[in-house]
Amino acid sequence: MTGSIYAERSAQIHRKGEEPFRMVCNKESLAGAVSQRACVFCGSRVVLYPVADALHLVHGPVGCAVYTWDIRGALSSGPELHRLSFTTDLQETDVIFGGEKKLKRALMELIPRHRPQAAFVYATCIVGLIGDDVEGVCRQVSAETGIPVIPVQSEGFKGNKRAGYQAACRALFHLVGTGDTTGIGPLSVNILGDFNLAGEIWIIRRYFESLGLQVVANVTGDGRVGDIRRAHGAALNVVQCSGATLELARMMEEAHGIPYLRVSYVGVEDVADAIYRVAEFFAHRDPGIMDRARRLVRSELEKLLPQLARYREALQGKRAAVYTGGAFKAFSLVKAFRHLGMEVVLVGSQTGTEEDYRELHEITDPGTIIVDDSNPLELSAFIKEKDVDIFVGGVKERPIAHKLGVGFCDHNHERKIPLEGFEGMLHFAEEVYRSVMSPVWRFVPRRLEEPRGVRLQAVRR
Amino acid sequence: MAVLDSIDVGDGPRGPAPYSSVTNPCKLCAPLGAALAFRGLEGAVPFLHGSQGCATYMRRYVISHFREPMDVASSSLGEKDAVYGGGPNLKLGIKNVLEKFQPRLVGVASTCLTETIGDDVPGIIKEFMEELGRLNPDLALPVVVTVSTPSYSGSHADGFHHAVRAVVETLAGTAPPLSASPAVNLMPGLLSPEDIRELKDILQGFGLTAAVVPDISGTLDGPALEDYPLVPQGGTPLALLRSLHGAGATVELGRNLPETGTAGTFLRDAWGVPLYRLGLPVGLRETDRFLEVLSRVSGRPVPERYEEQRGRLVDAYVDGHKVVFGQRAAVFGEEDLVVGITAFLAEIGVQTVLCASGGGRGRLRHAVRDVTADLVPEAPRVLEKADFRAIEEELDRLRPDLLIGHSKGYPAARRLGIPLIRVGFPVHDRFGAQRLLHVGYRGALRLLDQIVNTIFERRQEESPVGYGYL
Repeated sequence: MTGSIYAERSAQIHRKGEEPFRMVCNKESLAGAVSQRACVFCGSRVVLYPVADALHLVHGPVGCAVYTWDIRGALSSGPELHRLSFTTDLQETDVIFGGEKKLKRALMELIPRHRPQAAFVYATCIVGLIGDDVEGVCRQVSAETGIPVIPVQSEGFKGNKRAGYQAACRALFHLVGTGDTTGIGPLSVNILGDFNLAGEIWIIRRYFESLGLQVVANVTGDGRVGDIRRAHGAALNVVQCSGATLELARMMEEAHGIPYLRVSYVGVEDVADAIYRVAEFFAHRDPGIMDRARRLVRSELEKLLPQLARYREALQGKRAAVYTGGAFKAFSLVKAFRHLGMEVVLVGSQTGTEEDYRELHEITDPGTIIVDDSNPLELSAFIKEKDVDIFVGGVKERPIAHKLGVGFCDHNHERKIPLEGFEGMLHFAEEVYRSVMSPVWRFVPRRLEEPRGVRLQAVRR
Repeated sequence: MAVLDSIDVGDGPRGPAPYSSVTNPCKLCAPLGAALAFRGLEGAVPFLHGSQGCATYMRRYVISHFREPMDVASSSLGEKDAVYGGGPNLKLGIKNVLEKFQPRLVGVASTCLTETIGDDVPGIIKEFMEELGRLNPDLALPVVVTVSTPSYSGSHADGFHHAVRAVVETLAGTAPPLSASPAVNLMPGLLSPEDIRELKDILQGFGLTAAVVPDISGTLDGPALEDYPLVPQGGTPLALLRSLHGAGATVELGRNLPETGTAGTFLRDAWGVPLYRLGLPVGLRETDRFLEVLSRVSGRPVPERYEEQRGRLVDAYVDGHKVVFGQRAAVFGEEDLVVGITAFLAEIGVQTVLCASGGGRGRLRHAVRDVTADLVPEAPRVLEKADFRAIEEELDRLRPDLLIGHSKGYPAARRLGIPLIRVGFPVHDRFGAQRLLHVGYRGALRLLDQIVNTIFERRQEESPVGYGYL
């Protein structure tokens, strides 16, 4: 296996049970290793993208804007400005003479044209180099147009995706606290770190609302500038996808005294746990809330469990590999697979922290490979070694699995099927089942048991 | 007024200054094109010198179209590299690629970041290769090709052609000419794997030993495998690349290519290889021209089976003529494919009302006129450097019956309720993009079938009767 692992990366791979836990992570990707990670800009774009009534202007050459044009399944219940791609499309002369004027002209064209509630201006690599005063331009345009125009310091090379999450959180924090909180009651939450992929945040909102809670701002899924501006009026921040929005929760705690809870809505245990912990938080203000939480979980489980049973029966003993962007989802997926009777034999993420990996180490079975910032070379070798039946990842991981004749489940931002909440667990089981149980694997080279060729026999007279 | 978004090269002198912002671009950046071109060379690993994000975003984009692995290495520059220069990481990156991928060729494309900090990529590579040679005198050194592709200049199509030129410049003449003759070089441009297979098949039909540069037919459309192909099988053989200078001719496809500075003009100017410049062989007459050139180069008549294919195509033109005649189409995407498709549409009586591209080589209007002038009464409106905002404004006005282009035109097609026939790259919302055939008589036949059937389908949907015979 060492043939597939760069010496520089060996400390970013751990095999549970073979040695004491130790994991190096959160470091720059190794040059030449074909990391699955993107960049700072990507991190910012992911977090801010679902703010649907904001203008998202990518200040840079065309690539950064076009590669992120409507690629994510973050749905909006209203405006869909986020699905358009705006860029200053910097040209050589702009690089030489500076892009500030063009940026200002672009904003002054686009803001009157689209009347957004706010504008985010993403700085890309080149902007960091040519030294455009993006903040200055944003201030000017904000004064002239009367809407918040917020610079996002997301130059691609200034760190990794995690730095991009933080830049996005700082940008969002510009908005928080600028709105009127009238009408927000004491039983109220903001939902952070859910991206409303395939409408997932609507499922989660329904849960919270059925507990009697008021959802003030969705922030990063079906997000609205107006909601974010008054998000400081909520009593609690419920934070999923810890890597992406924890920073915002911390800033809001410090500035506005709003506590936060870290949760996950993926998998039966974790979604139930999220509901109970949020209910517990409000139990002293609303004594009936725990009962409502229990009723909600019970009724959802009564619907779900019988339906899951048949998938569990079929999938029992199959092996899964999980490679995600942030590590939070990996924890939940390990548990979700266990619920299906399956074993996770490989788990990793692009941007996990040491704490994240320690937790993964605790919840996985001996022999499981845990990996940080992996690449196709390693992932394909691990898949083969562990004889995996299904790989859970994003678009970039799909061809690794498929080329080797291994099933695949897209659990990334492109997904079109909601995989969160109780009903999401059912969809997840269906997705896994549909891939793992397909007859096509009988024909792939990896699984060919018999020599190929149909035995032909002449028909006798 | 968003027509001003683009430079309208159809109506004489340029109007007022174009808009500063681009909305829904109709082009990609140059390094992506370079990475695609490098992927079509035997034993090659594409490498981007820049931020990690560039490589990852482009991989994702390419994977979603071809549904194939597309490993692109990166020098993964960080902040200190941007300040002190990206040389050390470039060298480390290539060293790591050599160690694990064992490529025979590494294609290094620059990005906006490394162009702006002023890294001398060829110089760094030269230094690296010398160091490598000194430390490992027995090592068979791979070829490293470098190309300058700042993302702020040109489109993906330009990056593609620059990379092809860089490969040819680096490798041609580094081995004696092949003894096999007649040999021909074919620079096909940005086509699908299926197209490349078709072109290779045609070349073979003429008995030609051909270097197709690049050849993505295997590398971006390969079989299911037992092991992950770090460097996929296929691609233009290195041996052929090294002896390009000895070919009897170069055939370079693309009516928007510049007069000089291409792979073909380089081989002509530096090595005296005769150059034939043609459009993409899309439609009857552009394919005729292609075969005619191959016939001349090979000294053989057009093989019988192509005469048969041609006959079937003309027969189909006749069978479908009334269905398609007078239909109005808008064509958008990469410039050379736009010209090819427009040439084909003119032959079948479809009136192209708009030709649009995000690229801006300034040749589109002439190229479109050259292939349509004797067939169409009215020249199509031509937009270069267009974004989809400009294209949609035109579509609102022109209300064509059909859209023909890549999948990024889908939002427009959906809003306007006009069917979109997907061609070229990228196609992110349909299955089998890597197998789309555009070229040759068979490609024209496939396009015709698809257009006729699209119209039939619409007629059936719109008809209150529900005819089962059409």
